[in-house]
Amino acid sequence: MTPLAVSIIGTIASLALVLVVLELIRSRRLRERYALLWLLTGVVLAVLCAWRGGTNTIAGWVGIESYPPAVLFAVGILFILAVLLHYSTVISRLSDQNTLLAQRLALLETELSTTSSTR
Amino acid sequence: MRRVALVPAFNEEANVGRVVDEIRAFDPSLDVVVVDDGSYDRTAEVAHEHGATVVRLPFNLGIGGAVQTGFRFAFEHGYDLAVRIDGDGQHDPSQLDRILAPVVRGEADIAVGSRFAGERDGYRSSRSRRLGIRLLAWVVSRIVGRRVTDTTSGFQALNRRAIELFAHDYPHDYPEVEATIMVSRHRLRSVEVPVSMRERGGGRSSITALRSVYYMVKVLLAIFVGLFRRNVVPKEGTS
Repeated sequence: MTPLAVSIIGTIASLALVLVVLELIRSRRLRERYALLWLLTGVVLAVLCAWRGGTNTIAGWVGIESYPPAVLFAVGILFILAVLLHYSTVISRLSDQNTLLAQRLALLETELSTTSSTR
Repeated sequence: MRRVALVPAFNEEANVGRVVDEIRAFDPSLDVVVVDDGSYDRTAEVAHEHGATVVRLPFNLGIGGAVQTGFRFAFEHGYDLAVRIDGDGQHDPSQLDRILAPVVRGEADIAVGSRFAGERDGYRSSRSRRLGIRLLAWVVSRIVGRRVTDTTSGFQALNRRAIELFAHDYPHDYPEVEATIMVSRHRLRSVEVPVSMRERGGGRSSITALRSVYYMVKVLLAIFVGLFRRNVVPKEGTS
Protein backbone atom coordinates (compact mmCIF):
# COMPACT_ATOMS: atom_id res chain seq x y z
CA MET A 1 0.00 0.00 0.00
CA THR A 2 1.15 3.55 -0.77
CA PRO A 3 2.21 5.34 2.47
CA LEU A 4 -0.46 7.83 3.60
CA ALA A 5 2.01 10.76 3.59
CA VAL A 6 2.94 10.05 -0.04
CA SER A 7 -0.76 10.00 -0.97
CA ILE A 8 -1.50 13.29 0.75
CA ILE A 9 1.54 15.15 -0.56
CA GLY A 10 1.05 13.72 -4.05
CA THR A 11 -2.60 14.76 -4.15
CA ILE A 12 -1.84 18.29 -2.96
CA ALA A 13 1.01 18.67 -5.48
CA SER A 14 -1.17 17.43 -8.37
CA LEU A 15 -4.03 19.75 -7.48
CA ALA A 16 -1.54 22.61 -7.15
CA LEU A 17 -0.42 21.85 -10.71
CA VAL A 18 -4.03 22.07 -11.90
CA LEU A 19 -4.55 25.40 -10.12
CA VAL A 20 -1.31 26.86 -11.49
CA VAL A 21 -2.30 25.85 -15.02
CA LEU A 22 -5.78 27.38 -14.61
CA GLU A 23 -4.25 30.61 -13.30
CA LEU A 24 -1.84 30.73 -16.26
CA ILE A 25 -4.79 30.44 -18.64
CA ARG A 26 -6.71 33.09 -16.76
CA SER A 27 -3.83 35.56 -16.93
CA ARG A 28 -3.45 34.72 -20.63
CA ARG A 29 0.06 33.35 -20.32
CA LEU A 30 -1.05 29.90 -21.47
CA ARG A 31 -3.48 29.07 -24.24
CA GLU A 32 -6.24 26.53 -23.63
CA ARG A 33 -4.91 24.46 -26.51
CA TYR A 34 -1.58 23.87 -24.75
CA ALA A 35 -3.09 23.53 -21.29
CA LEU A 36 -5.33 20.51 -21.87
CA LEU A 37 -2.55 17.93 -21.60
CA TRP A 38 -1.20 19.54 -18.41
CA LEU A 39 -4.66 19.55 -16.85
CA LEU A 40 -5.14 15.90 -17.77
CA THR A 41 -1.75 15.13 -16.16
CA GLY A 42 -2.71 16.91 -12.95
CA VAL A 43 -6.14 15.28 -12.71
CA VAL A 44 -4.91 11.74 -13.41
CA LEU A 45 -2.04 12.04 -10.91
CA ALA A 46 -4.37 13.51 -8.28
CA VAL A 47 -6.78 10.62 -8.72
CA LEU A 48 -4.01 8.01 -8.54
CA CYS A 49 -2.50 9.61 -5.42
CA ALA A 50 -5.80 9.93 -3.58
CA TRP A 51 -7.28 6.60 -4.62
CA ARG A 52 -4.79 4.30 -2.88
CA GLY A 53 -6.70 1.09 -3.56
CA GLY A 54 -6.68 1.84 -7.28
CA THR A 55 -2.94 2.44 -7.36
CA ASN A 56 -2.48 -0.89 -5.55
CA THR A 57 -4.59 -2.74 -8.10
CA ILE A 58 -2.72 -1.19 -11.03
CA ALA A 59 0.60 -2.05 -9.34
CA GLY A 60 -0.61 -5.65 -9.10
CA TRP A 61 -1.49 -5.71 -12.84
CA VAL A 62 1.96 -4.53 -13.92
CA GLY A 63 3.75 -6.71 -11.34
CA ILE A 64 5.15 -4.08 -8.94
CA GLU A 65 4.16 -5.77 -5.67
CA SER A 66 7.05 -4.49 -3.56
CA TYR A 67 6.52 -0.76 -4.00
CA PRO A 68 3.10 0.40 -5.35
CA PRO A 69 3.95 4.16 -5.44
CA ALA A 70 6.27 3.33 -8.37
CA VAL A 71 3.04 3.42 -10.42
CA LEU A 72 2.82 7.14 -9.66
CA PHE A 73 6.32 7.68 -11.01
CA ALA A 74 5.60 5.61 -14.10
CA VAL A 75 2.36 7.46 -14.90
CA GLY A 76 3.95 10.83 -14.15
CA ILE A 77 6.88 10.11 -16.46
CA LEU A 78 4.53 8.85 -19.18
CA PHE A 79 2.57 12.11 -19.11
CA ILE A 80 5.72 14.22 -19.08
CA LEU A 81 6.94 12.32 -22.14
CA ALA A 82 3.59 12.95 -23.84
CA VAL A 83 3.73 16.67 -23.06
CA LEU A 84 7.34 16.91 -24.31
CA LEU A 85 6.56 15.07 -27.52
CA HIS A 86 3.56 17.31 -28.07
CA TYR A 87 5.77 20.37 -27.58
CA SER A 88 8.32 19.03 -30.03
CA THR A 89 5.61 18.91 -32.70
CA VAL A 90 4.49 22.41 -31.73
CA ILE A 91 8.04 23.76 -31.96
CA SER A 92 8.48 22.10 -35.34
CA ARG A 93 5.34 23.74 -36.64
CA LEU A 94 6.36 27.11 -35.21
CA SER A 95 9.79 26.96 -36.82
CA ASP A 96 8.24 26.07 -40.20
CA GLN A 97 5.89 29.02 -39.88
CA ASN A 98 8.75 31.25 -38.77
CA THR A 99 10.74 30.34 -41.88
CA LEU A 100 7.73 31.10 -44.06
CA LEU A 101 7.15 34.44 -42.33
CA ALA A 102 10.79 35.48 -42.78
CA GLN A 103 10.65 34.53 -46.47
CA ARG A 104 7.40 36.40 -47.05
CA LEU A 105 8.69 39.47 -45.21
CA ALA A 106 11.94 39.50 -47.21
CA LEU A 107 10.07 39.13 -50.51
CA LEU A 108 7.70 41.91 -49.46
CA GLU A 109 10.56 44.27 -48.57
CA THR A 110 12.25 43.61 -51.91
CA GLU A 111 9.01 44.29 -53.72
CA LEU A 112 8.46 47.51 -51.76
CA SER A 113 11.97 48.81 -52.40
CA THR A 114 11.77 48.03 -56.14
CA THR A 115 8.40 49.78 -56.49
CA SER A 116 9.59 52.84 -54.56
CA SER A 117 12.88 53.09 -56.50
CA THR A 118 11.09 52.97 -59.86
CA ARG A 119 9.01 55.98 -58.86
CA MET B 1 -21.05 55.11 -43.77
CA ARG B 2 -18.35 52.75 -45.00
CA ARG B 3 -19.30 49.09 -45.01
CA VAL B 4 -17.26 45.97 -45.54
CA ALA B 5 -18.10 42.29 -45.93
CA LEU B 6 -15.50 40.00 -44.37
CA VAL B 7 -15.33 36.52 -45.85
CA PRO B 8 -13.01 34.00 -44.17
CA ALA B 9 -12.23 31.11 -46.53
CA PHE B 10 -10.06 28.01 -46.28
CA ASN B 11 -9.88 25.82 -49.39
CA GLU B 12 -13.19 27.12 -50.72
CA GLU B 13 -12.40 27.59 -54.43
CA ALA B 14 -15.70 25.88 -55.27
CA ASN B 15 -17.84 28.29 -53.23
CA VAL B 16 -16.03 31.57 -52.66
CA GLY B 17 -16.69 33.00 -56.13
CA ARG B 18 -20.43 32.59 -55.79
CA VAL B 19 -20.38 34.05 -52.26
CA VAL B 20 -18.53 37.15 -53.48
CA ASP B 21 -20.93 37.54 -56.45
CA GLU B 22 -23.97 37.26 -54.20
CA ILE B 23 -22.64 39.84 -51.74
CA ARG B 24 -21.96 42.27 -54.58
CA ALA B 25 -25.41 41.58 -56.02
CA PHE B 26 -26.99 42.32 -52.63
CA ASP B 27 -25.23 45.66 -52.24
CA PRO B 28 -22.64 46.89 -54.76
CA SER B 29 -21.44 49.56 -52.30
CA LEU B 30 -20.26 46.87 -49.89
CA ASP B 31 -16.49 46.32 -50.09
CA VAL B 32 -15.78 42.60 -50.12
CA VAL B 33 -12.66 41.35 -48.35
CA VAL B 34 -11.83 37.65 -48.56
CA VAL B 35 -9.39 36.43 -45.93
CA ASP B 36 -7.69 33.39 -47.42
CA ASP B 37 -6.59 31.32 -44.43
CA GLY B 38 -3.60 29.66 -46.06
CA SER B 39 -5.58 27.65 -48.64
CA TYR B 40 -3.84 25.06 -50.80
CA ASP B 41 -6.32 25.53 -53.64
CA ARG B 42 -7.21 28.49 -55.85
CA THR B 43 -9.38 30.28 -53.25
CA ALA B 44 -7.39 33.53 -53.43
CA GLU B 45 -7.29 33.62 -57.26
CA VAL B 46 -11.01 32.88 -57.57
CA ALA B 47 -11.90 35.55 -55.01
CA HIS B 48 -9.68 38.07 -56.81
CA GLU B 49 -11.20 37.22 -60.22
CA HIS B 50 -14.65 37.90 -58.76
CA GLY B 51 -13.57 41.35 -57.66
CA ALA B 52 -12.86 40.91 -53.95
CA THR B 53 -9.93 42.37 -52.07
CA VAL B 54 -7.92 39.34 -50.95
CA VAL B 55 -5.93 39.21 -47.73
CA ARG B 56 -3.80 36.12 -48.00
CA LEU B 57 -2.41 34.60 -44.80
CA PRO B 58 0.95 32.86 -45.26
CA PHE B 59 -0.26 29.79 -43.38
CA ASN B 60 -3.45 28.46 -41.80
CA LEU B 61 -4.34 30.34 -38.61
CA GLY B 62 -7.68 28.68 -37.98
CA ILE B 63 -11.04 30.41 -38.23
CA GLY B 64 -10.44 32.67 -35.20
CA GLY B 65 -7.16 34.07 -36.50
CA ALA B 66 -8.57 34.46 -40.01
CA VAL B 67 -11.67 36.31 -38.87
CA GLN B 68 -9.64 38.58 -36.59
CA THR B 69 -7.45 39.45 -39.57
CA GLY B 70 -10.65 40.69 -41.23
CA PHE B 71 -11.63 42.74 -38.17
CA ARG B 72 -8.13 44.28 -38.04
CA PHE B 73 -8.48 45.20 -41.72
CA ALA B 74 -11.88 46.76 -41.08
CA PHE B 75 -10.61 48.65 -38.01
CA GLU B 76 -7.43 49.97 -39.63
CA HIS B 77 -9.24 51.03 -42.79
CA GLY B 78 -11.81 52.95 -40.79
CA TYR B 79 -14.95 51.01 -41.65
CA ASP B 80 -18.07 51.90 -39.66
CA LEU B 81 -19.88 48.64 -40.27
CA ALA B 82 -18.76 45.09 -41.00
CA VAL B 83 -20.62 41.94 -41.84
CA ARG B 84 -19.07 38.52 -41.59
CA ILE B 85 -20.09 35.83 -44.06
CA ASP B 86 -18.43 32.43 -44.24
CA GLY B 87 -16.78 31.53 -47.53
CA ASP B 88 -18.35 28.06 -47.71
CA GLY B 89 -21.67 29.43 -48.93
CA GLN B 90 -23.83 28.39 -45.97
CA HIS B 91 -24.74 32.00 -45.20
CA ASP B 92 -27.17 33.52 -47.67
CA PRO B 93 -26.11 37.09 -48.60
CA SER B 94 -29.70 37.92 -49.60
CA GLN B 95 -30.50 37.76 -45.85
CA LEU B 96 -27.90 40.41 -45.00
CA ASP B 97 -30.77 42.88 -44.46
CA ARG B 98 -31.88 40.97 -41.41
CA ILE B 99 -28.58 41.13 -39.55
CA LEU B 100 -27.73 44.64 -40.77
CA ALA B 101 -31.00 46.25 -39.68
CA PRO B 102 -30.53 46.28 -35.86
CA VAL B 103 -26.95 47.56 -36.17
CA VAL B 104 -27.81 50.26 -38.73
CA ARG B 105 -30.70 51.43 -36.53
CA GLY B 106 -28.26 51.69 -33.61
CA GLU B 107 -30.16 49.14 -31.50
CA ALA B 108 -27.25 46.74 -31.22
CA ASP B 109 -23.47 46.72 -31.49
CA ILE B 110 -23.51 43.25 -32.93
CA ALA B 111 -26.28 41.23 -34.57
CA VAL B 112 -25.96 37.49 -35.03
CA GLY B 113 -28.00 35.43 -37.49
CA SER B 114 -29.42 32.41 -35.68
CA ARG B 115 -30.63 29.21 -37.30
CA PHE B 116 -32.75 28.37 -34.28
CA ALA B 117 -34.28 31.69 -33.24
CA GLY B 118 -37.23 31.68 -35.61
CA GLU B 119 -39.31 29.15 -37.48
CA ARG B 120 -37.81 25.72 -38.12
CA ASP B 121 -36.18 25.84 -41.49
CA GLY B 122 -35.08 22.26 -41.85
CA TYR B 123 -31.43 22.86 -40.99
CA ARG B 124 -30.03 19.34 -40.81
CA SER B 125 -27.01 18.31 -38.83
CA SER B 126 -25.74 15.20 -37.11
CA ARG B 127 -27.26 14.26 -33.74
CA SER B 128 -24.06 14.71 -31.73
CA ARG B 129 -23.46 18.06 -33.34
CA ARG B 130 -26.98 19.24 -32.51
CA LEU B 131 -26.48 18.08 -28.92
CA GLY B 132 -23.22 20.01 -28.71
CA ILE B 133 -24.84 23.12 -30.13
CA ARG B 134 -27.67 22.89 -27.58
CA LEU B 135 -25.32 22.32 -24.64
CA LEU B 136 -23.23 25.34 -25.60
CA ALA B 137 -26.36 27.44 -26.13
CA TRP B 138 -27.55 26.51 -22.64
CA VAL B 139 -24.20 27.29 -20.96
CA VAL B 140 -23.82 30.57 -22.80
CA SER B 141 -27.41 31.63 -22.09
CA ARG B 142 -26.87 31.07 -18.37
CA ILE B 143 -23.71 33.17 -18.38
CA VAL B 144 -24.87 36.12 -20.46
CA GLY B 145 -28.28 36.16 -18.79
CA ARG B 146 -30.42 36.11 -21.92
CA ARG B 147 -31.53 33.41 -24.31
CA VAL B 148 -28.92 32.64 -26.95
CA THR B 149 -30.01 29.99 -29.43
CA ASP B 150 -27.12 29.78 -31.88
CA THR B 151 -23.66 30.17 -30.36
CA THR B 152 -21.76 28.90 -33.37
CA SER B 153 -23.13 31.23 -36.02
CA GLY B 154 -20.56 33.24 -37.96
CA PHE B 155 -23.21 35.26 -39.81
CA GLN B 156 -22.85 38.58 -38.03
CA ALA B 157 -23.05 42.33 -38.44
CA LEU B 158 -20.92 44.62 -36.27
CA ASN B 159 -20.59 48.36 -35.71
CA ARG B 160 -17.35 50.23 -35.09
CA ARG B 161 -17.28 49.50 -31.34
CA ALA B 162 -17.61 45.76 -31.89
CA ILE B 163 -15.06 45.82 -34.73
CA GLU B 164 -12.60 47.58 -32.44
CA LEU B 165 -13.10 45.08 -29.62
CA PHE B 166 -12.58 42.09 -31.90
CA ALA B 167 -9.65 43.70 -33.73
CA HIS B 168 -7.81 43.84 -30.41
CA ASP B 169 -9.00 40.67 -28.74
CA TYR B 170 -10.60 37.68 -30.39
CA PRO B 171 -10.66 34.04 -29.27
CA HIS B 172 -8.61 31.38 -31.07
CA ASP B 173 -9.61 28.28 -33.00
CA TYR B 174 -13.44 28.21 -33.05
CA PRO B 175 -14.22 31.63 -31.65
CA GLU B 176 -17.97 32.34 -31.81
CA VAL B 177 -18.95 30.83 -28.45
CA GLU B 178 -16.32 32.67 -26.43
CA ALA B 179 -16.91 35.82 -28.49
CA THR B 180 -20.59 35.83 -27.50
CA ILE B 181 -19.59 35.85 -23.82
CA MET B 182 -16.86 38.44 -24.43
CA VAL B 183 -19.37 40.78 -26.03
CA SER B 184 -21.66 40.54 -23.03
CA ARG B 185 -18.87 41.01 -20.50
CA HIS B 186 -17.64 44.08 -22.35
CA ARG B 187 -21.22 45.41 -22.14
CA LEU B 188 -21.77 45.60 -25.86
CA ARG B 189 -25.36 45.20 -26.98
CA SER B 190 -25.98 42.09 -28.98
CA VAL B 191 -29.11 40.64 -30.59
CA GLU B 192 -29.98 37.46 -32.40
CA VAL B 193 -32.06 37.57 -35.54
CA PRO B 194 -33.59 34.52 -37.21
CA VAL B 195 -32.01 33.51 -40.50
CA SER B 196 -32.00 30.31 -42.49
CA MET B 197 -28.75 28.73 -43.56
CA ARG B 198 -28.02 26.61 -46.57
CA GLU B 199 -26.24 23.32 -46.87
CA ARG B 200 -22.64 24.00 -47.79
CA GLY B 201 -21.90 23.86 -51.53
CA GLY B 202 -18.94 21.90 -52.89
CA GLY B 203 -15.89 20.94 -50.86
CA ARG B 204 -15.63 19.57 -47.32
CA SER B 205 -16.27 21.07 -43.92
CA SER B 206 -13.11 21.34 -41.84
CA ILE B 207 -14.87 19.99 -38.72
CA THR B 208 -14.62 16.25 -38.02
CA ALA B 209 -16.08 14.18 -35.15
CA LEU B 210 -12.93 13.95 -33.01
CA ARG B 211 -12.24 17.61 -33.51
CA SER B 212 -15.74 18.50 -32.28
CA VAL B 213 -15.10 16.69 -28.99
CA TYR B 214 -11.76 18.47 -28.57
CA TYR B 215 -13.48 21.72 -29.50
CA MET B 216 -16.22 21.21 -26.89
CA VAL B 217 -13.70 20.49 -24.11
CA LYS B 218 -11.52 23.42 -25.11
CA VAL B 219 -14.41 25.85 -25.37
CA LEU B 220 -15.93 24.80 -22.02
CA LEU B 221 -12.49 25.21 -20.39
CA ALA B 222 -12.10 28.65 -21.98
CA ILE B 223 -15.58 29.69 -20.85
CA PHE B 224 -14.94 28.49 -17.29
CA VAL B 225 -11.57 30.18 -16.95
CA GLY B 226 -12.89 33.30 -18.69
CA LEU B 227 -15.41 33.75 -15.88
CA PHE B 228 -12.54 34.58 -13.54
CA ARG B 229 -11.06 37.21 -15.83
CA ARG B 230 -11.62 40.87 -15.31
CA ASN B 231 -12.76 42.58 -18.45
CA VAL B 232 -12.25 46.15 -19.43
CA VAL B 233 -15.53 47.78 -20.26
CA PRO B 234 -14.88 50.19 -23.12
CA LYS B 235 -15.94 53.74 -22.34
CA GLU B 236 -18.80 55.31 -24.24
CA GLY B 237 -17.69 57.23 -27.29
CA THR B 238 -14.14 55.91 -27.45
CA SER B 239 -14.58 54.94 -31.06
